[in-house]
Amino acid sequence: MSLTVEIRFTLNGSPTRAAVPPGLTALAMLRDIVGLTGTKYGCGEGECGACTILVDGLSVNSCLMFAVECDGRAITTVEGLAADPANDRLRDAFVEEGGVQCGFCTPGMIVQSKYLLSQHPHPSHEQIRRGLEGNLCRCTGYKKIIEAVAKAAEGTP
Amino acid sequence: MVERYLAPTTLDEALKALAAGDATIVAGGTDVMPQSQAGRFKLGRTLVNIRRVAGLQGGAKEGDEIRLGALTTISQLREDAFIAKTLPVLAEAADHFASVQIRNMGTLGGNIGNASPAGDTLVPLLVLDAVVELRSAKGMRRLRLDEFFTGPGKTKRTPDELITNIFVPAPKPGFVARFAKFGTRPALDISAVSVGIAGIVKDGKISNVRVAYGAVAPTPVRGRAAEAALEGKTLDAATLAAAAKAAQGEVKPISDRRATAWYRREMIHNLVKKVLADVAHG
Repeated sequence: MSLTVEIRFTLNGSPTRAAVPPGLTALAMLRDIVGLTGTKYGCGEGECGACTILVDGLSVNSCLMFAVECDGRAITTVEGLAADPANDRLRDAFVEEGGVQCGFCTPGMIVQSKYLLSQHPHPSHEQIRRGLEGNLCRCTGYKKIIEAVAKAAEGTP
Repeated sequence: MVERYLAPTTLDEALKALAAGDATIVAGGTDVMPQSQAGRFKLGRTLVNIRRVAGLQGGAKEGDEIRLGALTTISQLREDAFIAKTLPVLAEAADHFASVQIRNMGTLGGNIGNASPAGDTLVPLLVLDAVVELRSAKGMRRLRLDEFFTGPGKTKRTPDELITNIFVPAPKPGFVARFAKFGTRPALDISAVSVGIAGIVKDGKISNVRVAYGAVAPTPVRGRAAEAALEGKTLDAATLAAAAKAAQGEVKPISDRRATAWYRREMIHNLVKKVLADVAHG
């Protein structure tokens, strides 16, 4: 019987418990143990950003994070953002500006955009480009993604 | 196979865990995780997550030194007002480090312990004359960073020791330090080469010169020939050319998929000129 560690954390606002092997990634825990598959496995080595989640409000690659490190923290995934009407503007902007093509990078892009807008509520295009530097879009739809984030920021107080 | 997981909140607990042997230290995890997932690195019997150890975060002036806690994240290096003011070269290196997500996780101590020849904080720390503080259950010792690395991924740290702090001398008046790295894209690319230069610039002359290179040797290295070409000299076109030539002559890079040895030597030549021009302009 190999070791599992009991952890408790807040997942999208709800208290959550999980028993995880110590070497497991946070991404594998979310997808395979908790069952939230919105967060994507892209490269598995921190290059593509498809697995981006928020940990205590900071964006991180969940494929590089040990699941045990979630203990005691507040985790937000794309499902958590989708459930909060405050993020409707961001989602709608991605739809209206054509920021979604095949959609595989979209969860990571949305979560990273949320973080970027929390850091820079009124970002310049350069700040958006820098803010999304850790997220790859294989469809190369960057221009429309940047426009979507700019649009989401419009009208923000 | 990991048989025990520990997340100590005090340094004593962490050092006790390391003293028991066969432990893997993890902080941000951004290198340990992908290496272990890929099977290139085997986790020890005990996984010691030091992320919650108190007192190892942030920067502060202590006497005539600046202490940087090993658990300071790269994002904190980039955004901390004290570091931006006192050691802007570190903030600049942090700004070009990997990606937002990795900067939010990765730590200064981890970048040093990982000992990559291309580690982005290492070249700036070398020109800042950094010293690494190591602690174990048996005591504390300090090693100069330019004597700390022994090969790619290898250092003089013993398995029971933890990198706890990094100390750099508080910059003296006229101190200037600049850093530049070169890769194929700004984000996430491992440097093909990087260059750091520091010194005290007074009346157009540079002294106490420190030059360091990344990704041209098994470890980040000091550029002693370039330092000698610069020490006490006026920063004019002839000095810049002589230093760039000395740098090009002293590095011994390898060819790999990122760049050929020839290209790396050319880039070292050009980057030394560029960084020196930045230093000359303050």
